[in-house]
Amino acid sequence: MKWEIVIGLEIHAQLKTASKIFSGASTAFGAEPNTQACLVDLGYPGVLPVLNREAVNMAIRFGVATHSEIAERSVFARKNYFYPDLPKGYQISQYELPVVHDGWIDVVLDDGERKRVGITRAHLEEDAGKSLHEDFHGLSGIDLNRAGTPLLEIVSEPDLRSAREAVAYMKLIHQLVRYLDICDGNMQEGSLRCDANISVRPVGRHEFGTRAEIKNLNSFRFIERAINYEAERQIDILESGGSVVQETRLYDSGKDETRPMRSKEEANDYRYFPDPDLLPLMIDAAVVETARAELPELPWAKRARFSEQYGLADYDAGVLTASRAVAAYYESVASGVQDPKLAANWVMGDLAGALNKAGADVEDSPVDADALAGLLARIEDGTISGKIAKEVFEAMWAGHGSADEVIGDRGLRQITDTSAIMEVIGQVLADNPGQLEQFRAGKDKLFGFFVGQVMKATGGKANPAQVNDLLRKALSE
Amino acid sequence: MHTRTLAELGDALAAGEMSSEELTRHFLTRIEALDPRLNAFITVTGEAALEAARAADRERAAGRAGPLTGLPIAHKDIFCTDGFRTSCGSRMLDNFISPYDATVVRRLKSAGMVMLGKTNMDEFAMGSSNETSFYGPVRNPWDLDKVPGGSSGGSAAAVAARLTPAATGTDTGGSIRQPAALTGTTGLKPTYGRVSRYGMIAFASSLDQAGTITASACDAALLLEAMAGHDPRDSTSVDAPVERYADGLDRSLEGFRVGVVEEFFDEGLYPASAAAIETALDVLRSLGASVKRVSLPNLALSVPAYYVVAPAECSSNLSRFDGIRFGYRAENPRDLADLYKRSRGEGFGAEVKRRIMTGTYVLSAGYYDAYYLKAQRVRQLIAEDFRAAFAEVDLIAGPTAPTPAFDIGAKTDDPVTMYLNDIYTIGVNLAGLPGVSVPCGFADDLPVGLQLIANHFEEGRLLNVAHMFQQETEWHLRMPGGEFA
Repeated sequence: MKWEIVIGLEIHAQLKTASKIFSGASTAFGAEPNTQACLVDLGYPGVLPVLNREAVNMAIRFGVATHSEIAERSVFARKNYFYPDLPKGYQISQYELPVVHDGWIDVVLDDGERKRVGITRAHLEEDAGKSLHEDFHGLSGIDLNRAGTPLLEIVSEPDLRSAREAVAYMKLIHQLVRYLDICDGNMQEGSLRCDANISVRPVGRHEFGTRAEIKNLNSFRFIERAINYEAERQIDILESGGSVVQETRLYDSGKDETRPMRSKEEANDYRYFPDPDLLPLMIDAAVVETARAELPELPWAKRARFSEQYGLADYDAGVLTASRAVAAYYESVASGVQDPKLAANWVMGDLAGALNKAGADVEDSPVDADALAGLLARIEDGTISGKIAKEVFEAMWAGHGSADEVIGDRGLRQITDTSAIMEVIGQVLADNPGQLEQFRAGKDKLFGFFVGQVMKATGGKANPAQVNDLLRKALSE
Repeated sequence: MHTRTLAELGDALAAGEMSSEELTRHFLTRIEALDPRLNAFITVTGEAALEAARAADRERAAGRAGPLTGLPIAHKDIFCTDGFRTSCGSRMLDNFISPYDATVVRRLKSAGMVMLGKTNMDEFAMGSSNETSFYGPVRNPWDLDKVPGGSSGGSAAAVAARLTPAATGTDTGGSIRQPAALTGTTGLKPTYGRVSRYGMIAFASSLDQAGTITASACDAALLLEAMAGHDPRDSTSVDAPVERYADGLDRSLEGFRVGVVEEFFDEGLYPASAAAIETALDVLRSLGASVKRVSLPNLALSVPAYYVVAPAECSSNLSRFDGIRFGYRAENPRDLADLYKRSRGEGFGAEVKRRIMTGTYVLSAGYYDAYYLKAQRVRQLIAEDFRAAFAEVDLIAGPTAPTPAFDIGAKTDDPVTMYLNDIYTIGVNLAGLPGVSVPCGFADDLPVGLQLIANHFEEGRLLNVAHMFQQETEWHLRMPGGEFA
C-alpha cells in the first residue's frame, strides 16, 4: 500500500522583548539561575500579571506578514497543571480566542515547487522555567529565569506532506521571524522550537489517521529525522494490522527514535478558563494598519525583487535573501559594481565560504560590503584577474587592508603591457624548444602548456586573454 | 481615646491633643489586654507600629502631616506586608514572610498610617464565620459565644471592640459587609476595580475587592480616598479619577430614590432583623428620600452561581501553594507527587479543600459548559437585574445578612446553610457593584446591618447616604459593653 504522511507543526518562537510577557524582569539568556525572575515570575502570593504590549505588537507583525486575521478581541486563559518549573500551577496562554488566526504562507521547496501552508492560529503565552536534573545528587534544581518569557505559538494546518516540506516550512518561519525582528531564531538556545503532529493515511483516503505529537524538536535535522522515523513507525504498525495510539512522544536524537513521553492515564485535564487577572486583549484596526504599513520587505518579496532587479536565478536570489543582513550586504556590494551576478557569485562563494569557516555572521565579516565592492571593481576594470582576486580577498580577510592596498603592496597588478608579455613569451618558447617542435608538428594540446608557462613566469599576473592572443600569434609565426 | 472615630482621632492629632505614639500605645495596650478574649489578631506588630508612630509624629512636627498621618490601622492578614508574616489564615502560609507590600498597604503607609498588626480571617477568605482560620475562631465582642461573621471577622471584631480604630478587609461574596453587620461596624466594599488587588492574596480574582471596616461612613470615606485609584500592577484596576469622598458626605437626600429589593424580604430573613431594616428605611424617608420596591428576579441564582465561579477561580489561584518555593512543605517527601499531595493535604484546611475540589470539578473537561459557562451566564443575568433596577432608583437598600450573629459551631457541619448567609451580599460581587453595611439597630441584643448598594463607581453617593443615615442615628456609636467599653 502507498502511504501519505500528514504533518502539522506547532512552532514556539521566543519573542525578542526586553522584558517578560507579564512582568518587568529581563529576558536575556544565560544568566545565573533564578537571577532573572521577579516575584511575578516566581508566582508569589498576591502578585498579578500585566501584559507587555511589545509582545502583542510582535504577534501583530507576524499576523500581518502571514496574511492572517488579527483578532479585535482575544482572551488569555489559564492552562492548569502542576509542575515544579511552572510556578503558579498554571500557564497563561490563549485558548479559544487567539490573537492571530487564519493565515497562510507560501513555501518554496528545493525543486522550486511552491506549497501553500495554512496557519491555523498564532497565540501568545508565557514560557515555563527549566528543571535541571544534573549536578544535584538525585535531586532536581529549578531555574525560573525562563519563566514568563513571551512565546508566540504558531500552529500550522496539517498541510505538510513530507519531512522535506516540514523542514522547508520551518526554515521559512525561521527566516520570517528574523526578518520581522521578533525572534532571534537561535534554535540551540531554544528560541525557536517545534512540536510535530504526525499521522499517515493510505494515498487517496480523505480522513486523517490517528496522530502522534513529537515534542520539542530544536533543529532542522531533528525535525526531518523525527518525522521520517515516526512515519515509518506508524506505517509499520498499520501494515502489520495494528493501530496507532494517539500520544505524545519524545524524539531521542542519540538513538534516532521516538518514544512515548507519558501514558494516557497520566494525561492532564488542563481545565482551561479565561484568566480573571487579565482583561480581554483589544486591538484597534488602526494599530493593525500601522503594523502592516511598517512591515519590512518580506523574504518572498525580496527574493522576487532580487531575481528581477539583479537578473539572478531564483535559487541564488533565495540564498542571498536568507537573512536581512545578507541581503543588505549583497545589495550594498551590487550597487558598487557593474555586474550584479559577479557580486552574487562572490557573496555566495568566497565570502560565504570564509564566513562559514570562521563561524561568523555577515554582520561580523572583516571584509565589509564596500571593501568587497572595491575588490570586484578591480576585476571589472582589469586591474587583477579573478584568480588573483581570491588571493587579494584572503589578504583583506586577514586584515591587510583594502583591495587597492593589497594589490599595490604585493605588486599584484595585472600585466597588460603587450611588449612585456611578448618578452615572456619569447623566453618561454626559447626555453622549451622540444615542446615547440612537437606543437609545430601538430600536437595542438601543448598550447595550454605554453599558457601555463607564461602565467607561471608572470606569477599569474599576466592578463590571460592577452596571453592567449599573443601566444597564438607567436606560435603561428 | 478609643471611643472616637478615625476622623475624630485625626482631628485630635492635628490639634496636638495627643501624639501618634500615645495613640498607638493606647491601642496596643488594648490589644494586649483584650485580644486574648477575641482572637482578632494573628500578628501584632507593636515595635514597628511605635516606630512608625514616632516617624509620623516627626512628620507632623515638620508640618508634613496629611489627614491620615499617625492614625493606627490593622490589616486583614490577606494583604502582603513587607517583612511580616502574611498567613491568609492558613497553615500553608504560617511561615510566609512577605517580601513586599500590597498596594493597599503601601498607599496607606505612605499616607502616614501606622499598622498595628494583621487580623484573623477565614482561611484564604473562605468562610462566613471566621471559624475556618488555622489560628482558631474569632469571637464577637457583643457576645463571645457568637461568631463575628467572615471572612474579615478579625478586622470586624477588632474595630467593634475598638482594638483598632479602623481595619482593611476584603469582600469576595460579602466578607466585609456581613461581618460588619454582625459586629455593628461600617463595612465598605468598593466597586470591583476601584482598589488595587496587587498584593492581596487571591481567592476569586473576578470577585475579590479590598475595602474597609470602620466606626463610621466618614472614616470609610477618608480611607477609600487614600486606597483607591489605578494601579499599573493590577490590570483589572480601573483608571478612573478618585473622588474627594469626604467632601461629599453632607449632600442632601432630598429627591433621592431608594429601591428596596422585594426578594431580600424572604422567609429566610429573621423577623427582628426585618423590623430594624424597616425602621432604617423610615429614617431614609425622613431625610427626604423616596422609597420604592424593585425586583432582582434572578437573585436566587446568585448563591449557586457564586459557588461555581468562586471555587473555579480559587482552585487555580491556590495551585501556586505547592510546597516548592514558599509556604508549608511536608516533611521527607518520597517523590514529587508525594510532596504535592502531602504539602497541600496538610497545609490546607477542610473548607479550602472543599472549594478546590468543587472548582476543579466544575472546570474539568465535560463539565465546564454545564457549570462554569452557565454560572457566567447567570452572572450576566444578575448584572442585568441590577442595571434594570438602577434605571429606576439611585440606590438599593436592604438587609446585609439574614440573621444576627449565630453561635460558634452552629453551622460548621452544614456548608450549604453557611453559604446561604451570603444570600444578600453575593449578587453585589457578581455584578461588581459597591456596597456598604451600616449598623441600623439590634435584634436579640445583637447588631443588625443595613446594606446600601450603589451603581458602579458611585462610592461617593453610597457614602453620602450612609453618612447622612449616621447623622440621624447613633447605632454606629454603640459599643459592646463590659470589658470592651
